[in-house]
Amino acid sequence: MENFLQQLINGLTLGSIYGLIAIGYTMVFGIIGMVNFAHGDVFMVSAFIALLIFLAVTQILGIASLPLAFVLVLVAAMILTALWAWVIERIAYRPLRGSFRLAPLISAIGMSILLSNFVQVAQGPRNKPVPPMFTDVIAVTDGAYRVTLSYKQILIMLVTALLLVGFWWLVQKTPLGRAQRACEQDRKMAALLGIDVDRTIALTFVIGAALAAVAGVLYMMYYGVVNFYDGFVPGVKAFTAAVLGGIGSLPGAVLGGLLIGLIETFWSAYFSTDYKDVAAFSILAIVLIFMPSGILGRPEVEKV
Amino acid sequence: MRWRTNPLLGVEHLTMRFGGLVAINDLSFDVGRGDITALIGPNGAGKTTVFNCITGFYKPTEGRMAFARTGLADSNAVARLTASGGRFAGTPAGDLYMLERMPDHEIAWRARVARTFQNIRLFSGMTVLENLIVAQHNPLMRASGYSLLGVLGIGGYKTREREAVAKAEMWLERIGLIDRADDPAGELPYGAQRRLEIARAMCTDPVLLCLDEPAAGLNPRESAELNKLLRAIRDEDKTSVLLIEHDMSVVMEISDHVVVLDYGVKISDGTPTQVRNDPKVIAAYLGADDETENAEPSA
Repeated sequence: MENFLQQLINGLTLGSIYGLIAIGYTMVFGIIGMVNFAHGDVFMVSAFIALLIFLAVTQILGIASLPLAFVLVLVAAMILTALWAWVIERIAYRPLRGSFRLAPLISAIGMSILLSNFVQVAQGPRNKPVPPMFTDVIAVTDGAYRVTLSYKQILIMLVTALLLVGFWWLVQKTPLGRAQRACEQDRKMAALLGIDVDRTIALTFVIGAALAAVAGVLYMMYYGVVNFYDGFVPGVKAFTAAVLGGIGSLPGAVLGGLLIGLIETFWSAYFSTDYKDVAAFSILAIVLIFMPSGILGRPEVEKV
Repeated sequence: MRWRTNPLLGVEHLTMRFGGLVAINDLSFDVGRGDITALIGPNGAGKTTVFNCITGFYKPTEGRMAFARTGLADSNAVARLTASGGRFAGTPAGDLYMLERMPDHEIAWRARVARTFQNIRLFSGMTVLENLIVAQHNPLMRASGYSLLGVLGIGGYKTREREAVAKAEMWLERIGLIDRADDPAGELPYGAQRRLEIARAMCTDPVLLCLDEPAAGLNPRESAELNKLLRAIRDEDKTSVLLIEHDMSVVMEISDHVVVLDYGVKISDGTPTQVRNDPKVIAAYLGADDETENAEPSA
């Protein structure tokens, strides 16, 4: 029972990070029907940006307060990563809009390779250690098996929850969110109502990247190490999460992220660590056989 | 005869080719400010293509579409703007736009041309009210500081949002859908969806409203309501209307000006009475045998 509780905590933490990345995949897919394969690498870039800023803030500016440094890193990483995403959309995707469907997809794969290679060259191929932070833990239960909840985990779940509330509000209640939903349903009609579709799409990339940046900061802090290759596996997992939840559906992305995180953690704990990815992807395959549009996805309706 | 004295839109030598197919061939006509103008013609005459050119859906192969959003269209100003290669000129006589040079969202938002389609293109997943609010996107986006300041409640966003809701509700009252404001738009009956589309287009504050077959599929009672609504849009909202319609009871009853197309060419242009009695129109609609057609030029 203690083991179960501990794995639940670990799984939800990991799932939060996947969920934040998955939103970027699902939003972009919803609005332009493209799988942004570079999204995982944007996430990786954000973790590096966060590391560099963290070092700059603590070493150069000499800010000793960890919470303050963390907030600064979070905000700066979100802004800089969003800028990266905006540039990528501008040079790699927008010129290909209106061309055949696979063109932006190939461009995204190219962008993904470019980003990971750029980081490899600029930052070196080896693991970058991150100074430990928020190392305290809370003991949830006492006894032979101590279930612990670390400050890091609390922070990850808290930040994720807050962001999701803010993000939900953005999509549901603001003019930008309404424009996004309109573009998702009918881009041409949205344009004829005066909505700047190109700008709305660019903002979608920017918002997705900002959320991925938060995931990047949290990931860096949680694992204490970043590597140029770190965009790939979390990226694929988050994409799996988006598909599992129903691609195009925002609550689906979060749900899918949590599920993938939980499946992976529980499988590692009770069966085998080596096969945790196999487990996650098998569940995906099984769900898609029985529910082709994902758990919360809408069935594909042909537009007339 | 307002299309002669005070044209809102001047379409000149408009040609649209798709590969070898000429959908519109050297078409010129004017739309009068404050008029209901009907664009009619047999199936495949190119009416919807004209709409697609006006609203920026297609870039015309050739031709000019000068749109005088305000004031009188001065031919010298039109010539100067054409020569300058620009999209917009604020002349003392009024604001002038070159529609063929503008992207679609700017035609909607800057020049203020709104349109509906033959098929219904509501945002069916959104509520009825949201459909009308999304049409007021640009003023709201500005007031909310591109959604950033709105988050913090800075600026006049709350007031603007209340105004937007009030305007949407006013339109829902007018089209009799106020009770269904919070239902998904896709769940409304067909006739109601048609009315909602017109209301949504009107929420963008258009100067010219383009309606593609608004009466298609309506029963006689709904058709009569539509006539009333369009007259109100012309007379109370001071919005000019350009409509494509097959239902001649609608066309003849409400329009001030009728333009007839056949095979992408204009065959008649005038008041409903003039057009109704034009032999070319009768021939195009009812079909003429070769003898009459051949005999016509010599007559």
